[in-house]
Amino acid sequence: MPTFLREASLKRHTILDLLFRNLTRVSAFGVLVLLAAIIGSLIIGSMPTIRAFGFGFLVSPDWDPVGERFGALIPIIGTLVTSAIALTIAIPVSFGIALFLTELSPRLLRRPLGIAIELLAGIPSIIYGMWGLFVFAPLFADHIEPWINDHIGTMPYIGPFFSGPPMGIGMLTAGIILAIMVIPFIASVMRDVFEVVPTLLKESAYGLGATTWEVMWKVVLPYTRIGVVGGIMLGLGRALGETMAITFVIGNSHELSKSLLMPGNSIASALANEFTEAYGDLYTSALIELGLILFFITFVVLSLARYMLFKLGKREGQVT
Amino acid sequence: MLNLYTRRRIVNAVGLAISMLAMAFGLFWLCWILWALLEHGLPALTPVVFAQMTPPPGSSGGLLNAIAGSLAMTLVGTLIGTPIGILAGTYLAEFGQRGWLAPVTRFINDVLLSAPSIVIGLFVYEIYVIRVKHFSGWAGALALSIIVIPIVIRTTENMLRLVPTTLREAAAALGAPQWKIINFITLRAARAGIITGVMLAIARISGETAPLLFTALNNQFWSSDMDQPMANLPVVIFQFAMSPYEDWQKLAWAGALLITLSVLTLNILARVLFRQKSASH
Repeated sequence: MPTFLREASLKRHTILDLLFRNLTRVSAFGVLVLLAAIIGSLIIGSMPTIRAFGFGFLVSPDWDPVGERFGALIPIIGTLVTSAIALTIAIPVSFGIALFLTELSPRLLRRPLGIAIELLAGIPSIIYGMWGLFVFAPLFADHIEPWINDHIGTMPYIGPFFSGPPMGIGMLTAGIILAIMVIPFIASVMRDVFEVVPTLLKESAYGLGATTWEVMWKVVLPYTRIGVVGGIMLGLGRALGETMAITFVIGNSHELSKSLLMPGNSIASALANEFTEAYGDLYTSALIELGLILFFITFVVLSLARYMLFKLGKREGQVT
Repeated sequence: MLNLYTRRRIVNAVGLAISMLAMAFGLFWLCWILWALLEHGLPALTPVVFAQMTPPPGSSGGLLNAIAGSLAMTLVGTLIGTPIGILAGTYLAEFGQRGWLAPVTRFINDVLLSAPSIVIGLFVYEIYVIRVKHFSGWAGALALSIIVIPIVIRTTENMLRLVPTTLREAAAALGAPQWKIINFITLRAARAGIITGVMLAIARISGETAPLLFTALNNQFWSSDMDQPMANLPVVIFQFAMSPYEDWQKLAWAGALLITLSVLTLNILARVLFRQKSASH
């Protein structure tokens, strides 16, 4: 090829390189724009309520569409309480599952069982909600809630939280279904971080005569602590933002009640139930501000989760 | 000494037994949910479901318009989201060694990956539905594509990172320009993994309900116009299941079974496909 032709082709490729690189860069930048747009549009959308109620919105238990008085306290409490119930159940179970999958399971079963747990994560949340409403809630109301009322509901101090009419739907049911939903997320992160523990470390402990439980509790868990907490936060992020599963079973009531057996509301379920039927600017805007609060809370939780997992990953790179 | 030893053994046995129980606990819910779906869904899943439109309460009907709407919106959502996701993922993996953009994008993307999907619905409502003043299939597809993007970015980056550097160096040594190396060598080597990611993204959005509530809404009739409110399976299931009418609830179960089966099939297929690919290396 003559020199001038080669130079022309070289130039063409340089331009194409530049084009391609910038095309990918613009796409990556688009993700940041997307985030900014989400936050921006939610803030603009909630301006009317912010102007009308200010910070009082966060602590007011009012929710009166007719009188146009709105407060986010009840949905916020509902979101936090259901997520707390979910994590209380999910953390020990996920730890058990991760322990089983990394240390106990026969090699042959490890993969299929891992996939089965991941499938649990793949089931759409609306299915959990439907199953919860039609299958789980009636059973819960008939068999478990009377028992809770009779046994835990009569205890001092915690009793009032566990007594109420056995309706099947309520905060406790929502929390339990959330737990089933987040177990696979937390379990698979835990399994993955348990697997980064150097075999040498575990073998040393076994060599000193430690039992499997001791290796898990005193070697693996301290080594992966940050990652485990990161995985839990990831599950928390999921639980906070979960919509459909909760909407079916939480009962959608804007009343503050002490008992977990009573219906309540969460931010996401309030949005799902009321947004398309909201009338008037202030009502819509109050719901959008709820969305903004939800996004803010999950953003903080998920950022912390990623930061912790990132730190574990970095440490993994250093320790060899 | 023996005492301590026995105690340690008992603690160990109890701990391991609890771990096995936890595993059984997890599988128990999976089996129960699948069983309930089959029990209620199979009797309701008749050929009529695929042949007729969603009925008013009290008359017979199917889910044809909802199935078609779901397919259309999932398809459009994937078509919008996938290219953007692949390009951005390529940037992160191939050009992201220097500068602030790649680490920040990676972080934000990981957060968006698990952001509440209902907020995505609100966002699309704010920027699109309010502007055009009506719910539409396009808005639904847009919301779904926003969910697809982070998933595809994550898998694309992960898969490209698995491609050995020597492959890129070999191509560069032959004089290939970078855009050719990426398009014809690395992206091609990572193809199976990226397809897996896209399949997982499709599985995820085909069950998403929350972002469609405020965007596509619902439609009782056949609609091939994406600029109109569009029926879709998840929202139909939501409405029908919450209704007091028994025949609507039956249809909801049929729809639920359909969605779950397709989502689980996609999930399993994606895993099998990826496994074959990684086994051949």
